[in-house]
Amino acid sequence: MASYIAKRILVIPFLLFVFSILIFVLIQAPPGDFMTTYSAILAGSGSSLDAEQLDAMRVSYGLDQPLHIQYVRWIEKLLRGDMGLSLLYMLPNKQLIAERLGPTVALALFSFILSWLIAIPSGIYSATHKNSFGDYFFMVLNYIGVAIPNFFLALLLMWFFYVKFGWNLVGLFSPEFEAAPWSWAKFLDMLKHLWLPGIILALGGSARLTRVMRANLLDEMGKPYMVTGRAKGMSEWSLVMKYPVRLAINPLVSTIGNYIPQLFSGSLIVASVMNLQNIGPLLLQALSMQDMYLSGSILLVYCLLAILGTILSDLLLAWVDPRIRLE
Amino acid sequence: MDKKPVLSVRDLKAYFSLDEGIVKSVDGVSFDAWKGQVVGVVGESGCGKSVTMKSVLRILEKPGKIVGGEILLQKEDNPNEYIDLVKLPENGPEIRDIRGGRIALIPQEPMAAFSPVHTIGDQITEAIRLHRPVSKREAYKICIDTLHAVGMSMPEKRFNSYSWQLSGGLRQRAIIAMAIVSNPSILIADEPTTAIDVTTQAQILKLLKKLQQERDMTILFITHDLGVIAQMTQYVVVMYLGRVMEKGPVDDIFHNPKHPYTRALLDSIPSAQKTTKVKLPTIAGSIPHPFNKPSGCPFHPRCTKMIPNVCNIDPPAETVVGEDHVAYCFLYQNTKEVKDAA
Repeated sequence: MASYIAKRILVIPFLLFVFSILIFVLIQAPPGDFMTTYSAILAGSGSSLDAEQLDAMRVSYGLDQPLHIQYVRWIEKLLRGDMGLSLLYMLPNKQLIAERLGPTVALALFSFILSWLIAIPSGIYSATHKNSFGDYFFMVLNYIGVAIPNFFLALLLMWFFYVKFGWNLVGLFSPEFEAAPWSWAKFLDMLKHLWLPGIILALGGSARLTRVMRANLLDEMGKPYMVTGRAKGMSEWSLVMKYPVRLAINPLVSTIGNYIPQLFSGSLIVASVMNLQNIGPLLLQALSMQDMYLSGSILLVYCLLAILGTILSDLLLAWVDPRIRLE
Repeated sequence: MDKKPVLSVRDLKAYFSLDEGIVKSVDGVSFDAWKGQVVGVVGESGCGKSVTMKSVLRILEKPGKIVGGEILLQKEDNPNEYIDLVKLPENGPEIRDIRGGRIALIPQEPMAAFSPVHTIGDQITEAIRLHRPVSKREAYKICIDTLHAVGMSMPEKRFNSYSWQLSGGLRQRAIIAMAIVSNPSILIADEPTTAIDVTTQAQILKLLKKLQQERDMTILFITHDLGVIAQMTQYVVVMYLGRVMEKGPVDDIFHNPKHPYTRALLDSIPSAQKTTKVKLPTIAGSIPHPFNKPSGCPFHPRCTKMIPNVCNIDPPAETVVGEDHVAYCFLYQNTKEVKDAA
């Protein structure tokens, strides 16, 4: 087991190296660079830079160098723990990302836990009450959850809460905490704003999870160990909870790895709609402005999270399933 | 032998209502089992053996349903009184006490009968604690003793094993241990040896016989292997398409079979002694589709001694053809004497 974990961890740097090349090439693929976008924006607002000034800035940012030189410079800095400077904000990328990583992870975790809390019980109910009214009720709810795009749901719910209760749930913090340093009060304020996007993201995820849970459980409930359990004299409820539920959850655990990056990218649209200052909108902005070092750094963080998520789900699976642990 | 049977199944009917129609899996089965007796239930696949046994335990899966008959279980404290298991609510506390407590099951598939993510010990101690108010520690001790009793080496080590870590034979022993752990008076063994190799099969049969004699258990032994029947049982019930064809003491069934179906079954066993170059006889035709059961005696379309306009009209009644020996066949309806139809 220890060697298995070590192997998984040792492979991370190699994977990140491969991903870094891919990310860099993809970001550089669209025509133009940051200076092109920058001058276009300036031109839009009336002022302008002449070609000489632009070229001077290109040289100072190193944008005049060929692709591979730029890459080597970037990776060299990354290895020293420096993510470079955002051309757009004129701030270190590390600082920009670090500020927003907390709320991003908090939102992802919250909606992840919530989606499991919704999916497992409703999946169990649907499977044990197959084809009953409740089963169909959850099924309809799930299809709605899958079918409604989450940004639309976000708009609907924001409107609903504003009209009905007068709550303004836009943004991640109340105005008074916007610029304040982190404190307990600021954290509580964030939670007050986080629950709605959390629920919106959880609904979409739980809809799929419920269907998977129901199908897995129905599958498990047909297994011969159910006959054994009944013949022992177990009550139906404790039998279902102890054996098939336990086994039906195993495949779900293996999906955690895929689910984590999905949560981050899923939160991008919702976060943009709800004006949440997490990583999603930052990435969107960086990409559209061709702020390549910022977007590169964010994407690399995403990749790292995806890899860690996969390792985490593998470890969890080994923990819950002895067939994997003892092999 | 006691005067009264410990279990008496009377005219049991268990039907499955499917979209396509009703399948009468068990259609009027009656037999008795006495204390300390091994009763063999034999028949082809789909003849209703397993459904009968699941009905006895009241664990028939939907859409299966018991629609008639009685399953009488002798009361432990008063041998003159019986409980009708059919009348008990399906998941009520009374039937759950009986399941695993008085009537235990050795299930059909040893490979899948245990949960793969719980240890053997966990699943056996669970069976103990469902029926006896003992502490975890005591349950552990009972479990280890029982694993010893079924001939498992190093029971302390096996306690923490998972079913898939054991060989087929050991797994079967663990299942037997789980079944007998609450000292049931009746053990239902549903084809306990079909999934294991012949050498292990012999050991398991020997073990079952030993346990049965030590504990004076009644075993209902379900199989389609006539060799196993001959070796293990004292009384045999022959089933075909949800009905009993013939039942009687094992010697009578093997040496003096009455029903043409029993004869046909016995004729189609290959023999090591006979070295004839003649083809092994088979029963002509195939088992009818369950939706399309023949009227009258279900065996009549394949029977060589079919009496036209008799066998295909109404099902034959029970006819006594010897001591404790009963056949359901029109050949013996008029005369109770043993008559050679040939």
